[in-house]
Amino acid sequence: MGAVLPRASRASRSIDLPYAAKFAASRVDFPGGDLPWLTSGRDVAMARFSELGLPSQKVEDWKYSNLSPLAKSDFTGPDRKAADAARDEVAQRFPKESAAGRLVFINGMLDGSLSVLGNLPTGVRVIGLADAMTGESDLLKAEMDAMPVLSGHALAALNAAFMADGCLIILEPEAELALELLFVAAPDVGAVAYHPHISIAAGAGSRLALGEQHASLGDIEYWSNPVTAMRLGEAAQMRHYKLQEESGRAWQTALTKARLAAGATYENFIVTTGGRYARNEIEVVLEGAGAFCELGGSFLLADEQQVDNRLQVDHIAADCTSRQTYKGVLDERSHGVFQGKTIVRRDAQKSDGNQLSRALLLSPNAIMDAKPELEIYADDVKCSHGATVGELDVEQMFYLRARGIDEASARNLLIAAFMEEHLQSITDNAARDWLRGAVSGWLAQRLSGGDG
Amino acid sequence: MLEINGLTVSVAGKEILKDLNLSVAADEVHAIMGPNGSGKSTLSYVLAGREGYDITAGSVLYRGQDLLALKPEIRAREGLFLAFQYPVEIPGVGSATFLKTAVNAIRKHRGEKEFDAMEFLKIMREKRDGLGISEEMMRRALNVGFSGGEKKRNEVLQMALLEPYLAVLDETDSGLDIDALRVAADGINSLRSPERAMIVITHYQRLLEYVVPDYVHVMADGQVVRSGGKELALELEENGYSGVGDKAEAAA
Repeated sequence: MGAVLPRASRASRSIDLPYAAKFAASRVDFPGGDLPWLTSGRDVAMARFSELGLPSQKVEDWKYSNLSPLAKSDFTGPDRKAADAARDEVAQRFPKESAAGRLVFINGMLDGSLSVLGNLPTGVRVIGLADAMTGESDLLKAEMDAMPVLSGHALAALNAAFMADGCLIILEPEAELALELLFVAAPDVGAVAYHPHISIAAGAGSRLALGEQHASLGDIEYWSNPVTAMRLGEAAQMRHYKLQEESGRAWQTALTKARLAAGATYENFIVTTGGRYARNEIEVVLEGAGAFCELGGSFLLADEQQVDNRLQVDHIAADCTSRQTYKGVLDERSHGVFQGKTIVRRDAQKSDGNQLSRALLLSPNAIMDAKPELEIYADDVKCSHGATVGELDVEQMFYLRARGIDEASARNLLIAAFMEEHLQSITDNAARDWLRGAVSGWLAQRLSGGDG
Repeated sequence: MLEINGLTVSVAGKEILKDLNLSVAADEVHAIMGPNGSGKSTLSYVLAGREGYDITAGSVLYRGQDLLALKPEIRAREGLFLAFQYPVEIPGVGSATFLKTAVNAIRKHRGEKEFDAMEFLKIMREKRDGLGISEEMMRRALNVGFSGGEKKRNEVLQMALLEPYLAVLDETDSGLDIDALRVAADGINSLRSPERAMIVITHYQRLLEYVVPDYVHVMADGQVVRSGGKELALELEENGYSGVGDKAEAAA
């Protein structure tokens, strides 16, 4: 007891990732290599990443996540030929079903022939990031400058160094757009890593519905490290839904940053069923009075899957409302994390913020870590937080069984109900049905059937 | 229908039911009355199969079977129904969905064809109309946001749909105003039949004015201390429960 550990055995704040050499080797081949501002931006980002390294569990925000296996896999950049070879299967497995526009990315690269951007409404621009690097570099630079995302975030820096594709979405004031983004990982020579960048600017009074789906062809290993940066103008409304059903060997570290002007509304709901490891990190800044943001999530995990949901809402202006509600069902040896933070600045009077984390553990080996945090500097605010981790309610179980419903069916009914109650908070009907389908599919597949 | 012999039950080491005896035949309505803490609700939960009760002695024979050996869902499928004193709220489970699942589980067990959605809705409409339960209420989550009276009427609706052989009604009258009580009582009375028995547990005589029992039993301290006809309920109404334990004459 009390022994001082030798210095060498102390965990470091970062994990070495041999990316500097890879970066140096492929630096000239990145799209936009002829744009000095972009190339120097990549150099700065790479230097930043080299300095920060891959975060270890010593870094508070990452304390529940062990990323060291990431450093052990030798990820390479995706190959265009492998992506092209997967095109037919992607088209077949993920048919386009709605009237909305759609961008399809295979291994992080935009597939022009599967994407549908015809008939975009007026006042809307949607451009692939690689295309913007060649044809719309001034616009791209203006967008990237307007929303810097680096600020000490190691994986955002890695994204900024390596980003090869993604998209720019620009809505003029009062414009309206519904868009789907499909990210599919396809087999390549080895495990690939890709770093999509999505930049969104929604003008005053505009309305954007964005549905993201992340999936894979087969049980392959890869690392997807997307960064999404968005600015919502006054009274703009954005509904942002994401379904993450990636391969059981996939890593996804997603960072989403949003800035909301006065009266803007941002609704985000993420359903996570896939991935070996998924990080859903969302940072929202409520900059204008009366802005509203609702962050919801459902995660359903089994095996040794881990999801680390980290949310931060920063109330800068007065009269803003934010809600963070995440619910998880954890089976086998899976691990769920909720790190929610609400900051209320001194001038953000009349802020209304709440956080709720609820998890159902279906196995004694499953783990849930919840860390809801409030940081309040204003005095006239209404904030609350709560976290529950538990098993199914015994009174509810008995009530159902006393009506003839067998134990397994009663259990399934209550688990589905736990999720259903949460899915009802999704405003958009079509999106709710879509996400509900993924949740029911998981439940049907994982839960042992009852006898009636 | 039901033979309870020497039933002795404890909860966390404390004896709640002590050598309790009760015999109920088809076509009979038995009222069980008694002061708070006499063990009435424990009896109903033990019959329905709730966990957490240690049965240390005695037996319960239900329609020729050892009831205590059956899981709660099998008891329900075999026709035993408990109307809960405090119906449980289950957010996320629609009332109609729940009822259809329950009805079909029981029909399947009885070798009857399961109802499809249309058939079920038709039957549910017939049953709920008499109980003043709206279609809107059935669209809500089970018991969530229901008033006390709505919860109790929903229990009676479930009983009507599940068509049990033995219904145990645990303080179905509590929390009901007089109009709601009449509606619930009419629902209960309409289910009286030669094949069916009922055990009506109540603290007050009020419900028994509408659901007239064939027998009245008084429980005190975990035992049936007096049994008699419907006039016993009136006597209790006048004199209260004080001293019933002393006057014990026939512990069934």
